[in-house]
Amino acid sequence: MSRSDYEVVIGLEVHAELSTKTKIFCSCPTEFGGEPNTHCCPICMAMPGTLPVLNEKVVEYAVKAGLATNCEISRDSKNDRKNYFYPDLPKAYQISQFDKPLCERGYVEIENEDGKKKIRLTRIHIEEDAGKLNHDEYGRGSLVDLNRAGVPLIEIVSEPDIRSAKEAESYLRKLKSILEYIEVSDCKMQEGSLRADVNVSIRKKGATEYGTRTEMKNMNSFRSIVRAIEYEVERQIDVVENGGKIDQETLRWDDVSGKTFSMRDKEDAQDYRYFPDPDLVAIRLSEDYIENIKKNLPELPESRKIRYVEEYKLTEKEANALTASKYLSNLFEGATKICNNPKAVSNWLMSDVAKILNGKELEPEEIPFGAENLAELITLIEKGTISTKIAKDVLDEMFESAKMPSEIIKEKGWVQISDEGAIKEVVLKVISANAQSVADYKSGKEKALGFLVGQAMKETRGKANPQMLNEMFKEELNK
Amino acid sequence: MNLTELTVHELKEKLNNKEITSQDIVKAYVDRINEKEPEVKAFITTLCDEALEQAKKIDEEGDYSSFKGIPIGIKDNINITGVKTTCASRMLENFVSPYDATVIEKLKDEGIINLGKLNMDEFAMGGSTEYSYFKKTSNPWDLNRVPGGSSGGSAAAVAAGMAPWALGSDTGGSIRQPSSFCGVVGMKPTYGLVSRYGLVAFASSLDQIGPITKDVRDNAMLLNIIAGHDEKDTTSENIEKKDYVKALKNDVKGLKIGVPKEFYGEGINPEVKKALETAIAKYKELGAEVEEFSMDVAKYALATYYIIACAEASSNLGRFDGIRYGYRTKEFSNLKDIYKNSRSEGFGAEVKRRIILGTYVLSSGYYDAYYKKAQQVRTLVKNEFSKAFEKYDVLVTPTAPTVAFNIGEKSNNPLEMYLADICTVPINIAGVPAISVPCGVDSNGMPIGMQIIGKHFAEETILNAAYTYEQNTNFKENKPTFKK
Repeated sequence: MSRSDYEVVIGLEVHAELSTKTKIFCSCPTEFGGEPNTHCCPICMAMPGTLPVLNEKVVEYAVKAGLATNCEISRDSKNDRKNYFYPDLPKAYQISQFDKPLCERGYVEIENEDGKKKIRLTRIHIEEDAGKLNHDEYGRGSLVDLNRAGVPLIEIVSEPDIRSAKEAESYLRKLKSILEYIEVSDCKMQEGSLRADVNVSIRKKGATEYGTRTEMKNMNSFRSIVRAIEYEVERQIDVVENGGKIDQETLRWDDVSGKTFSMRDKEDAQDYRYFPDPDLVAIRLSEDYIENIKKNLPELPESRKIRYVEEYKLTEKEANALTASKYLSNLFEGATKICNNPKAVSNWLMSDVAKILNGKELEPEEIPFGAENLAELITLIEKGTISTKIAKDVLDEMFESAKMPSEIIKEKGWVQISDEGAIKEVVLKVISANAQSVADYKSGKEKALGFLVGQAMKETRGKANPQMLNEMFKEELNK
Repeated sequence: MNLTELTVHELKEKLNNKEITSQDIVKAYVDRINEKEPEVKAFITTLCDEALEQAKKIDEEGDYSSFKGIPIGIKDNINITGVKTTCASRMLENFVSPYDATVIEKLKDEGIINLGKLNMDEFAMGGSTEYSYFKKTSNPWDLNRVPGGSSGGSAAAVAAGMAPWALGSDTGGSIRQPSSFCGVVGMKPTYGLVSRYGLVAFASSLDQIGPITKDVRDNAMLLNIIAGHDEKDTTSENIEKKDYVKALKNDVKGLKIGVPKEFYGEGINPEVKKALETAIAKYKELGAEVEEFSMDVAKYALATYYIIACAEASSNLGRFDGIRYGYRTKEFSNLKDIYKNSRSEGFGAEVKRRIILGTYVLSSGYYDAYYKKAQQVRTLVKNEFSKAFEKYDVLVTPTAPTVAFNIGEKSNNPLEMYLADICTVPINIAGVPAISVPCGVDSNGMPIGMQIIGKHFAEETILNAAYTYEQNTNFKENKPTFKK
């Protein structure tokens, strides 16, 4: 059989750290970093006799996430203990949710070649993060850092609705943008605040049964997730094509070698002995509570996109790109409000700004300037104070310093020359210095005009108003 | 006058009248501890020097408001900053707590002085205090007998006059049974009345801290101090603060007493049964209405208890893994060895037995048959108690089926040891309060306890019932004899 005879089936388990100020069961800060074991207390260090108290913000954030992904919210939920031994898990159990998650049966809409597609969510539940093991560089052992122990997480489990690595990426990006929009997680993959475990299986096209799946862990960027899926699909097809069988196992992705490795033996299959945590009371949510969160939910990318097309007359493609990141979208709206030129703002963000972000490998939230800076840049072009060409240099500068564009051009002396007398002076100087080109132009070679304008630009170091230059040359040469 | 024979309310009165100082009291107790500890072996840690120093400071300030200057003993599974919390286990032999339990904060706020940490069965698992890693505590009435358990050190210390009162913890009878064996008053409050924050968990849905005292008035006073909602324990109930001393009316006229006959059946020693019958006759004489009735489901409580308690314990004790604190094996070459050897060497046989049992009942494939079923039966037991309390104000039963048994008699027979809990366990399963009060001695002079059970948060009712009985009988006058 050829590779195209196989269908890929993917399901994702996404862990997102919630951006609450304090941990899920104690009042320690959730802040990233910090000296090891400084953001902890007897509770998150599991000293004997301590008890957890559920942070209500965690429930609120999880309900927000559930509502934003079209989930049903459970009125009656609870916390369960997941028991296993590991040095980064101080209680030897993780407080999670087993059979009564806070949110169930939702979906997220993504776009693929065939248009829109719904990826169904099985559930969203709350749980605590574990600590971190730092392996001693001299090989003397491992050190336990419990700063992260007890940081709140939501686990978002999808149905196996995803059919390609590309769809998996779209789904993840969409999920990330939703969580950012509702401000429940900062979704920084590099800091581990958004992590995904990927379940992959293959089956013959048209089959109704699912194939045996493998679970991959340890991917910390969109790129590595896509690579890992592509690698794993190829590996599975190879195994099956060679008459082998896929083992259900957990695999670790190694970004350097670009391969997956088996993590655990099957005989180590864990029995987590889930049971309701007797230290915590049941979570009961009233209709009012849920209604109130629903009412105060921020605008989501979907509705923002529709608004952009209607209100700002952007194309669907533009609206899509701008709303994919909450930060970018906010920048767009902020700048548009000031300069009142949505098309120009959109163009700048989608071409020049995007190019710089790509080159520097930055995420939109890392743009160092704000909406008023971008708006001013556009206004300066409109007013003719700077040329589009100069504006690009100004934008480069804006990525270096937080200064306003007007300040930058003043400091650098980049103000456009629009004074008629000054322009005429330059034009006459160029005409007298380039007799040959002048002759060419007069003999009908239109191209010579371009050269002359270029010379004038060079003379003014790009600051001359190009439109005025053009007109002035024509006027002088046609005399 | 021997100060160690006085109750706390008597000491308090003398302090208030400036007849004695806090140093007088603490010195008397330190002397008594020095005298009796070699034979009773009630303490794991004594804090005599610190206690004397604190008493001196209080006397210098001369302020005896609240309970300033009164000493106490604490079961060694309740955390106190800077003091070892061993849980009578090798696992925590050198564990110094970095924080105060909520009940300890409350005692400190009252100016109460801590005399030390009291012996217990390892991690509160047992009914004789023989499962302590450190020592076997003796019953002050007969040193060859056990004090009961798991709060055996607390009950023995109060009976022997080595602490005027003490805190214990009760998961299936661990306050009431040793109180019965040692002839003192012990209460397990309603689940949720006293904060569990800082009590090393055995079975979280059953554990409660409670007072062990010389008489009922002291019991009500200590309950006044430790009861109340705590934000650090979400299972503690936010109910109105009560004054339990005010509930002591010395009057049971019209009190409806139910006598569940299942608690008087097989396994109950005839002398215990007789003492209870006499006590019940006394209540009738005092004007209470007594009626015998049947509590059918109660007989399933023991099995239910051992499933739920062990399940929770197997999870609660996971944190003792040799990684962050506590005992770590010397013998390891990998992570699995650290876990396996630290826990094998650090825990005693009874603790391991319960962890294994608890792990088994929670395992996939067995969960429904054991843990889930036990939770269902628990609901039935609760309902049965609720039904009984529609008719009766209190229920009266023996606290334990027997008087204190000999050291070594049951320690190798877990099942027989478990049966010692048969009268107390259903109360924890239902979450209701119960108090054990002395109601006589057997032919060998060993104390017998009566258990008075109330509905949820009806501590006032059971305290008054116990108080009225105590005031109209003279069992309080019996003193331990330290028989060798």
